[in-house]
Amino acid sequence: MDGKARVKRYSALRIIKEGLSGHKGWQPAWRDATPKPAYDVIVIGGGGHGLATAYYLASIHGIKNVALLEKGWIGGGNSGRNTTIVRSNYSIEGNTAFYEHSLKLWEGLSQELNYNVMFSQRGHLSLFFTPGQRDALARRYNIMRLNGIDGEFLNRDQVQKMVPHLNYSEDSRFPIMGGFLQPRAGTARHDAVNWGYARAASALGVDIIQNCEVTGFIHEGGKIQGVETNRGEIRAEKIGMAVAGSTSLLAKMAGLGKLPIESHKLQAFVSEPIKPFLDTVLVYSAYNGHFYISQSDKGGMVFGGDLDGYNSYAQRGNLPIYTDVAGCAMNVMPALGRVKILRQWAGIMDMSMDGSPFIAKTDIDGLYLNAGWCYGGFKAIPGSGWCFAHTIANDAPHEINSPLTLDRFRQGRQIDESGHGPFPKAH
Amino acid sequence: MLRIECPFCGLRNHNEFTYLEDGSGEMPALDNIDGEAWYEAVFLRDNPRGMHIEDWHHTQGCRMVLRVSRNTLTHQILSVVPSHPDYKEMFSDSAKSANSAPKSAKARLPRPKSAKSKSAKDGRG
Repeated sequence: MDGKARVKRYSALRIIKEGLSGHKGWQPAWRDATPKPAYDVIVIGGGGHGLATAYYLASIHGIKNVALLEKGWIGGGNSGRNTTIVRSNYSIEGNTAFYEHSLKLWEGLSQELNYNVMFSQRGHLSLFFTPGQRDALARRYNIMRLNGIDGEFLNRDQVQKMVPHLNYSEDSRFPIMGGFLQPRAGTARHDAVNWGYARAASALGVDIIQNCEVTGFIHEGGKIQGVETNRGEIRAEKIGMAVAGSTSLLAKMAGLGKLPIESHKLQAFVSEPIKPFLDTVLVYSAYNGHFYISQSDKGGMVFGGDLDGYNSYAQRGNLPIYTDVAGCAMNVMPALGRVKILRQWAGIMDMSMDGSPFIAKTDIDGLYLNAGWCYGGFKAIPGSGWCFAHTIANDAPHEINSPLTLDRFRQGRQIDESGHGPFPKAH
Repeated sequence: MLRIECPFCGLRNHNEFTYLEDGSGEMPALDNIDGEAWYEAVFLRDNPRGMHIEDWHHTQGCRMVLRVSRNTLTHQILSVVPSHPDYKEMFSDSAKSANSAPKSAKARLPRPKSAKSKSAKDGRG
């Protein structure tokens, strides 16, 4: 609680006060801590998932003696490399409850963290182009409604009314038939999510330790007892890993052996800033195309497509997907043709064997795993942190994340949303 | 763009190929009823950051499946050989001396006798 008292809340009154006193009273949003020799819990990985885990450990479970270790800077991995889409339009048991729980946490996140994460529920519109796609989306719509998740089915005219500047011409190669909208979905500001969780966790006493790379694990008597890092040995009896992208490397170090995960890279793109142009998240999937786009508050068009398609740990993209995504953009939204692409980058995804994540205990006592987010990890940040904190604090999963085990493949309980089978690049 | 030196067609852009999967493991025999062996072969992956053995299908070339050794961090390709055991044997005989210089291996590769010779010929760059 003493940590909490030191952090002043953000409010309109605070801005006025600071304005009158020359803005000299602002303080850093979180403490850049140096490691202590021992903690109750260590969370490895300072992305959204790790930061949210540390925050919920402190706020819900009262475990405040927590170290969060990040090898670079917080939010520098996939949390800062995504297309910031938040949605819960899933249809398989195991995913539905989890992502809807996460979306509900998003809805109150700015208030809870006292930090504006700029969550904007602008809707998520998946277009369909064939009767087959229509039927598949109708099925998903029905499942979602049965699970109490919002959704609307739109015909072509309704789509045109909502987003008038798409390619609706009759001689279009893939004419738009309609769309499936989740109105509560949207986007959020990725850095703000990381910083908001970091600030709130730090205020509760969590030590956020940057430039601290885990180089080994300390096992004693078959239990995990701590980690070795480039900043010395740090001990704890409970360790949570949230290092999507590098999970296999760290798991091998910890003695978990092979995992049902491959690392693949996914590219994202942002254009030069333009005037307000698109007020929803649009998904295009004509035949084998895959393209999703939204506009950031700064004006840049943020978009992406498929994985590059081969195992990779390199955070840089390759040309074929670049042209593929540009082709999709021109097909559905030809008005984008003169807009310049400003930047393009890639992040390393934990592609699991069924396209669904893991939030689970491992075979090693005291070691917990949060991994396998494929390319849907951003929307899961609050739910993942919430469930992972519960799993660590109680040494048992919550009902919501109980299907997301590492062992589900051995038991034949895959959660294969897209139905592609054990081919990680296809999910 | 990755550039893959197909032993049959020559140096080609990777978007002529379809990436298949990790090629380092072996599937259990079809009459093996040990669930654990199947679980490990089907679902578990080494997922190295470094050299990775993988299969690529030359979909828009000779249509042969190739076994590629590639670094997953730098994307450097060290060797490309046919995946099929018959072709692999033919390759390895002549490739022994070529291991130190994998890029020139293609030139010394004997043409597989039973290969679809027409497509191989057409694809040869």
